[in-house]
Amino acid sequence: MLRTAALVSVLTTVGIIFILLKETFGFFQIVPVWDFITGTKWAPLFEPQAFGVLPLVAGTLLAAGIAGIVALTLGLGAAIYLSEYAPDRVRRIIKPVLEVLAGIPTVVYGFFALSFITPLLQSILPIPVIFNVLSAGIVMGLMIMPMVSTLSEDAMVAVPRELRDAAYALGATRFEVATKIVVPAALPGIVASFILALSRAIGETLIVTIAAGATPNLTINPLESIQTMTAYIVQVSLGETPQGTLVFKTIFAVAFLLFLMTLAMNIFGRWVVRRYTEKY
Amino acid sequence: MERQQTPPGTVRVTHQIAASGTRPRYSGPTPPMSAATTLSRWRKWRDRFFFVLFFASVAIGILGLAALVIDVLTDGLGALDFSFINSYPSRHAGESGIRAALFGTIWITLGTAAFAIPIGVGTAIYLEEFAPDNRLTRLVQLNIANLAGVPSIIYGILGLALFVQAFALNRSILAGSLTMTLLVLPIVIIVSQEAIKAVPGEFRDAAFALGANRWQVVKTVVLPLAIPGIMSGIILALSRAIGEAAPMLMISSLVFLTFIPTSPGDRFTVLPVQIFNWVSLPQPGFQAVASAGIIVLLAVLLSMNSIAIWIRNRYQKRY
Repeated sequence: MLRTAALVSVLTTVGIIFILLKETFGFFQIVPVWDFITGTKWAPLFEPQAFGVLPLVAGTLLAAGIAGIVALTLGLGAAIYLSEYAPDRVRRIIKPVLEVLAGIPTVVYGFFALSFITPLLQSILPIPVIFNVLSAGIVMGLMIMPMVSTLSEDAMVAVPRELRDAAYALGATRFEVATKIVVPAALPGIVASFILALSRAIGETLIVTIAAGATPNLTINPLESIQTMTAYIVQVSLGETPQGTLVFKTIFAVAFLLFLMTLAMNIFGRWVVRRYTEKY
Repeated sequence: MERQQTPPGTVRVTHQIAASGTRPRYSGPTPPMSAATTLSRWRKWRDRFFFVLFFASVAIGILGLAALVIDVLTDGLGALDFSFINSYPSRHAGESGIRAALFGTIWITLGTAAFAIPIGVGTAIYLEEFAPDNRLTRLVQLNIANLAGVPSIIYGILGLALFVQAFALNRSILAGSLTMTLLVLPIVIIVSQEAIKAVPGEFRDAAFALGANRWQVVKTVVLPLAIPGIMSGIILALSRAIGEAAPMLMISSLVFLTFIPTSPGDRFTVLPVQIFNWVSLPQPGFQAVASAGIIVLLAVLLSMNSIAIWIRNRYQKRY
């Protein structure tokens, strides 16, 4: 009985891989793999059709990159503050408040990006259209920030008290203890938290669908409208595309690539922790 | 350090240490003040500066949260009244409501709970209490950790291909609940495992010593002690299910429903999908309606999380 329950999670993985592979394989019999991976134009919904996935990948990475910069800066700063500076009482209040950010539904963040951050950015930057990847990226960074701060702080708290005391005894300031002792010792945990948070940002759907636009765009300009892989999947599955057609198969190929990217990052993140964690 | 009290030799030594360190501060002729004093002032100033910077990161995070809440409240409070809760969606923003979405969310949450609780808790019990410690068990464990990191939209594709099409459940509540079950299952399993692990081994040993078999130990010793932890994990997983839009968007699509679902085979919509629908409408009035929906969604999630925290504080035991 219980063993059957445990089997469900195994079957889920098998199901995901089987379904994605089957449809992706069908897609690659019509569109060559090489054209898909290296093509710089993505236009399956228009004539002439083009199936180069790079614009979607670039859009995804640009959005996740902006989110990563925001989350790493804020998250690492917050983690250092909480672990090295904050009195215990303050820490017990601030930590759960920050973690609320991780529990807010993504559709709410999408609304926040569109109704608050985008107008704010438009008042200081020349943003041509309302949809832009900068706004979506910033909000996504806010969403994944608690992931970085919580996991990094856990790693920092695990650094032994004696190492800090030794540095303080040599006359180091709190900043020097934080940056020269604690952060280097906790680096595997910090790197892993960052990788896992980035992977979350790459797979995030609603914020980028709502605020970043629906124009596949091979660009590094954060003020432009782009389309991420996830947003494309939503666009097709909500559209009029009949199931079984070549266009419908594209969402499986894109999803398979997304699955591989996030899986690789998650495995790498956990490997970093296992491989590089110092035992004291 | 007072300048008058510092002998000249000390100054040179301190200066050399500083110069051979990471940050040589001054490389010109002998400074008017002692190098040690200048250096420690610089280090103190740097310490203060970065303290402010680190604190600012926390403050920005909290300010972002505050801005989000205020933004939603100012946009939505005006549209939030009983008729909003009790109306079906409409072409006119002023007459739109969340009645269908609210009932859809209740259906999906109950359906997800019905599948995810027995399967998730069962898996956790099996892995912690029954499974042999071998390669296969470790593989299952690794697989669960990886499933927790799979993007939610991919669960939507799985649900669409498996439940909606292959099982011919169409875009029904049952298909939605099953999809959501697979999505939250890793959370239920991992949190339940933590709760079961927290029960001390001595308790099991005592029961075994009295002649109980493995199943009796689980039923009478482990589960009663692990239930509060498992409960708060289940609530956490269900609040994730309530807020999740991407897979539900794929299963239910942007359907315009003017009835309450009455059986698991009916079509449905849920709060986050309804909110997404309103957010993407260009007419200005719908922004207020979307915010009102968000207020309801956040209120539901807030109360669920409060219950989870209450359960944890009320029943948490330290051994």
